Amino acid sequence: MTNKKKAKAYWKENIRYVLILLSIWFLVSFGAGIVFKDALNTFKLGGFKLGFWFAQQGSMYVFVVLIFVYVRLMNKLDKKYGYDV
Amino acid sequence: MMYSLFVSGIGVQNWTYILVGITFALYIGIAIWSRAGSTKEFYVAGGGVSPLANGMATAADWMSAASFISMAGIISFAGYDGAVYLMGWTGGYVLLALLLAPYLRKFGKFTVPDFIGDRYYSKTARIVAVFCALLVSFTYVAGQMRGVGIVFSRFLEVDINTGVIIGMLIVLFYAVLGGMKGITYTQVAQYCVLIFAFMVPAIFISIQMTGNPIPQLGFGGELVDGSGTYLLDKLDGLSTELGFAEYTEGSKSLIDVFAITLALMVGTAGLPHVIVRFFTVKRVKDARKSAGIALLLIVLLYSTAPAVAVFARTNMIETVSNQPYDKVPEWFKKWETTGLIAFNDKNNDGLIQYVADKQNNELVVDRDIMVLANPEIANLPDWVIALVAAGGLAAALSTAAGLLLVISASVSHDLIKKIINPKISEKGELIAARLSAVGAVCVAGYFGINPPGFVAAVVALAFGLAAASFFPAIILGIFYKKMNKEGAIAGMVIGTITMLLYMIKYKLGWFDAVVPDKSEWWFGISPEGFGAIAMMLNFIVSIIIMKFTPEPPEDVQDIVENIRIPSGAGQATH
Repeated sequence: MTNKKKAKAYWKENIRYVLILLSIWFLVSFGAGIVFKDALNTFKLGGFKLGFWFAQQGSMYVFVVLIFVYVRLMNKLDKKYGYDV
Repeated sequence: MMYSLFVSGIGVQNWTYILVGITFALYIGIAIWSRAGSTKEFYVAGGGVSPLANGMATAADWMSAASFISMAGIISFAGYDGAVYLMGWTGGYVLLALLLAPYLRKFGKFTVPDFIGDRYYSKTARIVAVFCALLVSFTYVAGQMRGVGIVFSRFLEVDINTGVIIGMLIVLFYAVLGGMKGITYTQVAQYCVLIFAFMVPAIFISIQMTGNPIPQLGFGGELVDGSGTYLLDKLDGLSTELGFAEYTEGSKSLIDVFAITLALMVGTAGLPHVIVRFFTVKRVKDARKSAGIALLLIVLLYSTAPAVAVFARTNMIETVSNQPYDKVPEWFKKWETTGLIAFNDKNNDGLIQYVADKQNNELVVDRDIMVLANPEIANLPDWVIALVAAGGLAAALSTAAGLLLVISASVSHDLIKKIINPKISEKGELIAARLSAVGAVCVAGYFGINPPGFVAAVVALAFGLAAASFFPAIILGIFYKKMNKEGAIAGMVIGTITMLLYMIKYKLGWFDAVVPDKSEWWFGISPEGFGAIAMMLNFIVSIIIMKFTPEPPEDVQDIVENIRIPSGAGQATH
């Protein structure tokens, strides 16, 4: 693989990860926490209505997890393409 | 005598002096230890900060007086709607980690205007970026100095202005001496102080009310009184009884909640004092990792805040609603003298009627009290109350210092070194950087003492502006190789101006005799949420203009390909 081709392939995989992770980012916050809040509020999680919980707790926890998943995926990807040095 | 000494201990006042004194001595000690000797140390702390230290510093930099003092209070009055701040101010870090931080680190310069100026091969672009950076940072820093003054005046009983000046002197000392290096390590200490100060009262109160030491779980738990009622159900009931909206429902429209959350997320990712923190780590992978650590440390406080909001709101309603005024607890009278609680017995029955209906409501409570007075309302020990003062100061000072550094770097590096006098020596630039920091502290102090009438609009404005100016320009610069200077400049200028005009018309009301009613908002979106629209406008304008103007030169397109690859991120250079 030439350098240019390698860089292109790396970038393509990176974009794929980013798109998947950002869809989750969007679904938990704008989806579960805002647009579908009322529907989710019919379910309960302990004393929390589920939509309210996503808006004030759940989405933040998912955000943290998303970044660490991205860190892991990218460290692996860097190694695969030899960009980790 | 002995007895009263034993019971009252040394008093809140003395505890506050001791804790604030110790923390200030710590910050000054760190500043002396980490003096900056070169411009590189001054702007990016030498570029060798570990991901953990950078994560802690970013978290302290990020969490301002507003996060520490006001946010839980705002949420306790807004209920569900408070989620816009919780999601907005944390979700932005996902964008930062996935879309900005790694590439800007690879690019390896000192400031955000550096990136804009080089990527868009244009002095005009750099100047527009400097202007935006100064506008955003000054609007933001004025609020921080005011926050320092308020904490001083409430806890140490000095005049607000004296408080602002003491705060200025401290920040001046470590920002001017240490630059980014001094700021980074004081921020690490400040994070520890502020998170401890926020968590301790929250844990105490959570145990008191729900028996659960983890506030995040406690506020979804059952009350400790054995009734088997969930705390949130009880608060919903109390709220509707008094005529307020149900706490877990909120009252803003869906589109506005959506727009504000988006504007705050994108604005967070576009704030120069946050972005610049990722220039201080060694490698691209460290930039990603430290964004994750920063968010984890931020979420620790942000996930506690809504719990504190629920505890404080329930406690407050139960303590005052329909209680005789002459039997109110001591804290009520104490905060009444500061004007933060006001009671007006409209129907002369001697009872406090706290209701949603403005005609009959007799009690006005300032939202800042919810965090500041919370430990007193819950009868916590004196040292916990004093701790809140030290925490509030740590939050305000760390954010102010980070902003001042952006301002001084914009002047000494982007204006003087890159535009006015490129031949300036390293030593000369370092002196210029220190002098601009001094100048910036004085201007910030001036605004702290004479706050402009639009302070309320300030934070929303800063985020709206960051969203409308930097975010699209940086994203397009990384992900759209063919984006050229004409497109980026037009986008930034039009985004910023639209945002300013909307804010002036609908928030400040300068165009009309009164602030226009919310029925006139475009698409039903408030000025706080308009950054989302201005950002999209910036993207659209940039892309349309780009289609009709020449492609960027070959070497610029090569830069873009280069920053997409993480390896070989050299040290930050000018």
